[in-house]
Amino acid sequence: MSDLPKAPATAPRGDKPGTDFSYVGIDAILEQMRRKAMKQGFEFNIMVVGQSGLGKSTLMNTLFKSKVSRRSALPVEEDRIPKTIEIKSISHDIEEKGVRMKLTVIDTPGFGDQINNENCWQPIMTFINNQYEQYLQEELNINRKKRIPDSRVHCCIYFIPPTGHCLRPIDVEFMRHLSKVVNIVPVIAKADTLTLEERDFFKQKIREDLRTNGIDVYPQKEFDEDAEDRLINEKIREMIPFAVVGSDLEYQVNGKRLLGRKTKWGTIEVENTTHCEFACLRDLLIRTHMQNIKDITSSIHYEVYRVRRLNESNAHPNGQAEGEQSILQSNGVPEVLSHEI
Amino acid sequence: MNTGYGPWLYVHAHIVNSKYIFALNDWQIDKFSARAIPLSGHVGFDSMPDQLVNKSVNHGFCFNILCVGETGVGKSTLMDTLFNTKFEGEPTQHNQPGVQLKSNTYELQESNVRLKLTMVNTVGFGDQINKEDSYKSIVEFIDTQFEAYLQEELKIKRTLHSYHDTRIHACLYFIAPTGHSLKSLDLVTMKKLDSKVNIIPIIAKSDAISKSELTKFKIKITSELVSNGVQIYQFPTDDETVAEINSTMNGHLPFAVVGSTEEVKIGNKMVKARQYPWGTVQVENENHCDFVKLREMLIRVNMEDLREQTHTRHYELYRRCKLEEMGFKDTDPDSKPFSLQETYEAKRNEFMGELQKKEEEMRQMFVQRVKEKEAELKEAEKELHEKFDRLKKLHQDEKKKLEDKKKFLDDELNIFKQKKTAAELLQSQAQQAGGSTTLKRDKERKK
Repeated sequence: MSDLPKAPATAPRGDKPGTDFSYVGIDAILEQMRRKAMKQGFEFNIMVVGQSGLGKSTLMNTLFKSKVSRRSALPVEEDRIPKTIEIKSISHDIEEKGVRMKLTVIDTPGFGDQINNENCWQPIMTFINNQYEQYLQEELNINRKKRIPDSRVHCCIYFIPPTGHCLRPIDVEFMRHLSKVVNIVPVIAKADTLTLEERDFFKQKIREDLRTNGIDVYPQKEFDEDAEDRLINEKIREMIPFAVVGSDLEYQVNGKRLLGRKTKWGTIEVENTTHCEFACLRDLLIRTHMQNIKDITSSIHYEVYRVRRLNESNAHPNGQAEGEQSILQSNGVPEVLSHEI
Repeated sequence: MNTGYGPWLYVHAHIVNSKYIFALNDWQIDKFSARAIPLSGHVGFDSMPDQLVNKSVNHGFCFNILCVGETGVGKSTLMDTLFNTKFEGEPTQHNQPGVQLKSNTYELQESNVRLKLTMVNTVGFGDQINKEDSYKSIVEFIDTQFEAYLQEELKIKRTLHSYHDTRIHACLYFIAPTGHSLKSLDLVTMKKLDSKVNIIPIIAKSDAISKSELTKFKIKITSELVSNGVQIYQFPTDDETVAEINSTMNGHLPFAVVGSTEEVKIGNKMVKARQYPWGTVQVENENHCDFVKLREMLIRVNMEDLREQTHTRHYELYRRCKLEEMGFKDTDPDSKPFSLQETYEAKRNEFMGELQKKEEEMRQMFVQRVKEKEAELKEAEKELHEKFDRLKKLHQDEKKKLEDKKKFLDDELNIFKQKKTAAELLQSQAQQAGGSTTLKRDKERKK
């Protein structure tokens, strides 16, 4: 494979292509890709997990500046705490400046609300694996759809109650199990109950706890692609978990209408970085790292699932074998061949 | 909390907006409410296309072109002109025994875009006396690239992300400038290739044809292609930004191009051109040839679409045929999930079983043959023994006869000897008795 004369350095694209003889036009492919992306639209699936009352729905509404969450979407709601964990998924089409996105918010009412919360992550894990399974099935089909509908959970926001001390066992268990299958972004919910010092202390404790338990949250260290990435991600890792406050009500502050929470002692501005870290979370999730999040889901988490799934033929998708042997023995050699060795 | 009031109003409004009419075809609306809702502020996901583009820029692009055409029709020169670099290689000889495909990969960079360009040339196309099999090596090559991708996709541990895609995205078919019509070799080859690759036919060395002949030639070619049912690549007209230019260009197919890497001074600029005693053909002059159109369509406007068509149409077709050939079928949702894995295992067992059976058969045959040969040899041995015995007996008989004869002769000899001695005795007695007996004997003799 010969590595050849690169095309000579070209004049900027402002020149009329006809007169610039060394300009081939390869970089027009960027424009073509952009056009294609705008036409196709994007998909994003985000899951919120946390105990009830932590402000999950409000945060989603604030993030996407519209009533995307289940609470506000259903015309008649029953304000009850479910007996078991339910998984509710609602999709919306949103559009901004010509860019269309199909946003799916997956809510998990009932998580952590029972008295006995053992294995509360199990239904969620099952749900995530089912989405991977669906995608895998479609991919393995003979007649495939042109664009395989992507219902895989790209990002899971985990709400940590603002106790100010450290992570609770349920938090640790959940994140430990799920960080292996999905990108987890932990946030401190209702952060307006913590002072700045308490917040910093809490964050430090949480980071320590995550480290001790070997939990790798997004952005994962091992998936940094190059030095530039690492730099940016290090900065983010120093801020995790984000202390957020959500609100979808607007108030007048200094002559401007801002989203915030009004209390007797002041108004908390949601988008003010000195008040809370909502803006950082939004920038991370939406404005800078959305594509990266989707890439990690599809090229790493999904592939891990796929490898595991293709290596076991009759086992249940969630790893519990149904008593039959797998086709591959532990050393990777199919049973049918082993007699020849 | 307020419910989403009047979402249906917004949906309705969006349907009226023509953009969404286009969009609804591509946009898969979920079974359970994917309603359009308005945003009350700037969220920021409009940077998604930029994020996507940045990721691709970091990753680099790859593009693979296949040039099919007779030797000497100007393929390499055109590639050089198109990409503005001197790709390596010397002109090929005309005495190739068959059609081979030579591919070369180059890395080009323009501003921040890195392109891995692979060019595949058909060496020896159209040079043989019997051209019946010319298209076969081309089809095989294309299929091999698809197969490689399919294998990678089916692997358990795969790295599709960093896979170097070698599937052919565009096939430039060079038509020789005869001015009359397509050659039958061209028709046959294009027919075989049209379901496997995006074909863009171009008229090579078009400075050999005059303008009026060119229009007639183009019309003849297009009508021949249509009447033979050859599907050439149509530039896409569904995106409104490029629909107009693409549909105009569709009308100019096949492009009549001239390639040249030599520069000639025209006015006060250096332009790529071919200089003749009667004038100069400027490559980038739209009045002279369609080179600019080709470059525009191939690279600047539709490169991404070519790649997409290759992946979503041609590759999927290949994949579907290949898998169906191997015996896989789509299973219904309630039956066992991995038809692929299980069918594969079943097939492999079947195959092993067959192999074993064949082996057994061969072994049996071998044993039988050995037996037969042994029997044959035994027969031969027996015969030889018999022959030997016969001969021996014959020999003995002869010997006996000879011995008898000898005895007989010996006996006769003895008798003769006796008679001789007896006669001599008589003679001597007769001599003693006088000569009277001789008179008697003479008288007796006279009687």
